[in-house]
Amino acid sequence: MPEEIKAHITGVVFLVTAKLGDAVQAGDPVIVLESMKMEIPVEAPRAGYVSEIRVQEGQTVQEGEIVAILS
Amino acid sequence: MFRKVLVANRGEIARRVFRACRRLDVKTVAVYSEVDRDAPHVTDADEAVPIGPGPARQSYLSIEAMVTAARRTGADAVHPGYGFLAENWQFAAACAKAGLTFIGPSPEAIRTMGDKTEARLVMAAAGVPVVPGSPGPVAEVVAAERLAADIGFPLLIKAAAGGGGIGMARVTRAGDLSAAFATARRRAEAAFGNGALYVERYLERPRHVEVQVFADARGAVVHLHERECSIQRRHQKLVEESPAPGLPAETKAGLTAAAVTGARAIGYVNAGTMEFLVDATGRFYFLEMNTRLQVEHPVTEEVTGLDLVVAQLRVAAGEPLPWRQEEILSRGAAIECRIYAEDPAKGFLPSPGTITRLALPAGEGIRIESGVAAGSAVSVHYDPLLVKLIARGEGRKQAVERMAKALAECVIEGVQTTVPFLRRVMGHPEYCRGAVHTQMVEQGVFDA
Repeated sequence: MPEEIKAHITGVVFLVTAKLGDAVQAGDPVIVLESMKMEIPVEAPRAGYVSEIRVQEGQTVQEGEIVAILS
Repeated sequence: MFRKVLVANRGEIARRVFRACRRLDVKTVAVYSEVDRDAPHVTDADEAVPIGPGPARQSYLSIEAMVTAARRTGADAVHPGYGFLAENWQFAAACAKAGLTFIGPSPEAIRTMGDKTEARLVMAAAGVPVVPGSPGPVAEVVAAERLAADIGFPLLIKAAAGGGGIGMARVTRAGDLSAAFATARRRAEAAFGNGALYVERYLERPRHVEVQVFADARGAVVHLHERECSIQRRHQKLVEESPAPGLPAETKAGLTAAAVTGARAIGYVNAGTMEFLVDATGRFYFLEMNTRLQVEHPVTEEVTGLDLVVAQLRVAAGEPLPWRQEEILSRGAAIECRIYAEDPAKGFLPSPGTITRLALPAGEGIRIESGVAAGSAVSVHYDPLLVKLIARGEGRKQAVERMAKALAECVIEGVQTTVPFLRRVMGHPEYCRGAVHTQMVEQGVFDA
């Protein structure tokens, strides 16, 4: 069952740490957002494979926006 | 004294430095990014220069833009404030090369203290106690295990390239070390492209106590007493005060002596802060040195009655330190609360937006340092500090009461702020008793 990974805050994508097809564990950072000088990881909610990445480094994302899909 | 000072910063600290300049009849230059065009610090200065787009890397972190702005306006000195370029030794060197006085220490002192490994080594060599730990990055779990035998448990694994707590883990038993090390390395590699880790003793419930030091170019070094800054989240301070409540006299004497020794060892000049962790037994360890004016400098000003920023300008202009050690007395108590655009109900996540309403308290013993006004945009690009609230009292109890009243009167709408959290701190029996340590916030002591 694919699962959407959403940004939990508004910020700028500082790093895309996962690559398409990567196997991730629950708690692994998929992207790192930068907001107000803080680096805030957006983590995989469960183990799975990264089947889609919807953002690029430097891009601004809004709270609730889908950043990646986990399958 | 200087003719004209450019402040390479924004927000409350830029305004604080302009105020000190005005006291000395020094002309002021503000810089601003595109999103800060209407910010309060811009109108506070005698003149203002645009330095680039919103993202800090293209404006407030651009050495070239700052130096160009200083030259174009004919400034003869630059004050870096805190954050941004304040601890960038290349900026200090670039100012010197352009014939501008950098209001702060030498590039060498900034570089030495900015490299946390080197700073530890230099301080240990000068006889300043440091937290037991690995002298450098540890690559292999076997090396970590060997070190752990000396350091003891619990210990802390930290990413060398780290930040934001990523790749940080507390290990309580030897049996858990190899698994924790592997996880921390994988996370650090993923986040920073660098899996190097440090291992050090984890101190249970330590206090963060720091000492304000000040030195001139003629070799005089003094301290301006201590500040207690244990109320923190993610290693960022939320509440600071001076004096540190209940700190034994011998611990204080040891801390201030170590701070002066440390500053002297690196030939430090201007204002700086030596940060320490103090454990339950009163033993203390050097954490790091901040080679700049500290956010929380007002609490020191309130208890000593001295103006640190004016002294920074004087010392940078070549004057001797304006005070001898025995003249620097601490009287009463002062507390600072940092009002951040962060949501304490969501783990202090940033809360950007626009301030729609702002009503700040006033009264006896209350001082406000604000970088915002009603209508101000709070951008994702910068530090979320909006306002610093400072309360002074004849004793700590009066300072706490004044702060609690000031926080109750404080109205900020449009963004979430730390105000509700700060109100709970001031009303909490453990805080009121002065029984504080650095892990209180993460342990949820002040949760609603």
